[in-house]
Amino acid sequence: MKKILLYSTAIFVAVITFLPFLWMISASLMHQGQANTYPPRLLPESIDTSHYYKLFSSLDLSGYLVNSVVISLGVTVFSLLINSMGGYAFAKFRFRRKDTIFNFLLTSMIIPGQVTMLPVFLTLKNMGLINTYWAIIVPGMASIFGIFLIRQYCYSIPDSLIEAAKMDGASDFKIYLKVILPLTKPILVTLGIFSFMGTWNDFLWPLIVMTDSGMYTLPVALANLMGEHVQDTELMMAGSVVTILPVLIVFLVLQKYYIKGIMMGSVKG
Amino acid sequence: MKKTTFSTLALFLGPGLAVLLIFFFLPVMAAFILSFTDFNIYSLGNPDYLRFVGFDNYMKLFSDDMFWTALKNTFYFVIAGGPLSIAASLGAAILLNSKLIRFKGIFRLTYFLPVVTTLVAVAIVWRYIYHPRYGLLNYFLGFCGIDPLDWLGDPHLAMPAIIIMAVWKNFGYNMIIFIAGLQNIPEELYEAASLEGASAWQKFRNITLPMLAPTTIFITIITMIGYFQLFAEPYVMTQGGPLNSTLSIVLYMYQEGFRWWNIGYSTAIAFSLFIIILIGTVIQFRVQKALEK
Repeated sequence: MKKILLYSTAIFVAVITFLPFLWMISASLMHQGQANTYPPRLLPESIDTSHYYKLFSSLDLSGYLVNSVVISLGVTVFSLLINSMGGYAFAKFRFRRKDTIFNFLLTSMIIPGQVTMLPVFLTLKNMGLINTYWAIIVPGMASIFGIFLIRQYCYSIPDSLIEAAKMDGASDFKIYLKVILPLTKPILVTLGIFSFMGTWNDFLWPLIVMTDSGMYTLPVALANLMGEHVQDTELMMAGSVVTILPVLIVFLVLQKYYIKGIMMGSVKG
Repeated sequence: MKKTTFSTLALFLGPGLAVLLIFFFLPVMAAFILSFTDFNIYSLGNPDYLRFVGFDNYMKLFSDDMFWTALKNTFYFVIAGGPLSIAASLGAAILLNSKLIRFKGIFRLTYFLPVVTTLVAVAIVWRYIYHPRYGLLNYFLGFCGIDPLDWLGDPHLAMPAIIIMAVWKNFGYNMIIFIAGLQNIPEELYEAASLEGASAWQKFRNITLPMLAPTTIFITIITMIGYFQLFAEPYVMTQGGPLNSTLSIVLYMYQEGFRWWNIGYSTAIAFSLFIIILIGTVIQFRVQKALEK
C-alpha cells in the first residue's frame, strides 16, 4: 500500500516535470495553428518539420547557434586553464597570506554579479570589445567558484607525488602539465560542464553586451524572436527545442560529473 | 616544502587574479563610486558633465515608487518561492531516498532535467502553458472544476505563476544536495527510533530535520541569493507587468541602467540589492549559530 502511494507520487512528479518538455517537442512538430486549439493537443496530427526549416533558412538561427557554440567553448577552454592553475596554486603552493587571500575570495562570492555589470560594460566598451565574442569570454575566464572547486580536488593529491617529480628535476609548469592535469581530469570535466552550460544558458550578460543582432546568443535571439512571432507557437517551440538540445545532450552524456560537482560545491570550504 | 618563488606564483595565480581584479573587484569599487554620481547618458558622451551627488541616488530610491514596487515583488518571490522550492526539493529527496522505490536513477534524472535547460527557452514554453484559452494548465485545471485563469495577465496571479515555474525549474538542484545529506544520516538512528515505536512523522521531525540542518541552512542561503536575482522569467514572460506586478529589482536595474543609461542611479539599485542579500545571509548565519548551541 505504502509502496503504491510512493510510486504514484514519484510518477506524478515525473509527469509534471516532463510534460512541458513533451508539449514543447510535440508543438514544434505541429502544423501552423494546431498548438492554439481547444482542447489543447498533446500530440501532432502529423509531423510537420517546416518550423525547423524556417528557423534555419529565413530566420538564420544557425548564425546564433555558431555564436553560442564559439562563446561557450571559448569560456570553457580559458576558464579550465586559468582556474585549474589558480586552484592548484591555492592548494599546493606555499606563500604568505595564502589563506587570507583565499578566504577573501570566498567571502566576496556573496556579491551579486549585477553590481559589476555597468562598470564592466563601460570597460569593455572602452576596449572596443562590445559586440565581440571577447565581451563574454574575457570576464568569464576566471571564477572564484572554479578556483574553489579545483583547489578542493587538488588536496587529495599527495604531496609526495609532486616532491618526487621535483626530485627528477621537473619544472613547476611541467609538474602541472604532466602530473596535476591528468590527476584532476574528473574535476576538470565537472568544471568544464559547469562553464559550458552556464555560459550557454546565460541571458542577462549577452543581452547587455551583444547589441548588434548578428552577435546574439541563442537565448537572446529566442527572446527577441518572440517579439515578432509570439503568435507562431509552433515556431517558438521549435526555437526552444534548438536552444535546449545542445545543453541537454552535454548533460545527458556527462551527468555523473555534473551531479558530483553540485555535491562538491555544497561542501563548505 | 620551501616557499614557492614569485615568478612561479605569478605564472599560476597571475592570470586568474588579474581577471578577477579587472572584471570583478575593481568594478565593484567602481560601481560603489558611480552610485554617488549622476553618471547618465550625457556624461557617457562627455565625462565633464559627471558630478558627485553624495547620497542623492540612495535618497531618491526611498521616494521612488517603482523601486518600492520592485523591492516588494522581489521579496514576494523570495519569501514565497524560496521556501516552496526548498520544500519541494526536500520532499523529492525523501521520496527518492526511500528504500521502497526502484528506478531511482531515472526518476532523479527526470526531476533534474529542468535545472540544466535554458531558462529563457523554458520561460517561453511556460508562457504558452499559461495561455488563458489554449494553455495546458487551464485545460487540466478544468478537470478539477476550476475556471480558466489569466495567469500572466492578472496582476494577482502573475507572480504566483512565475513562482510555480521557478519551483518546477529549480527543485531538482537542491534535491541532489538533500539526497547527499540524507545519505549521511546513520541508519541506526532510524532503527533505534523504530524499536521505540516512533511514527514516521516523529522520525522526520526528530531525526531527519535536525540531522539535515546544516544542509538546509546552506541550501536556504544559496536559494535566497539566487532568487533575489530574479530577472529572465519576468523579462521573457511578462516584461515586469501586468501593472508592474512582476517588476523585480534586477529588471528595474537593467531598465534604468541599460535602457535609459541612468548609470549612477542603476548602480545604486544594484548596491541596494547587494546590501539586502548581505543582511539576509548574515541572518541565516545567525540562525545557524543559534541552532548549533
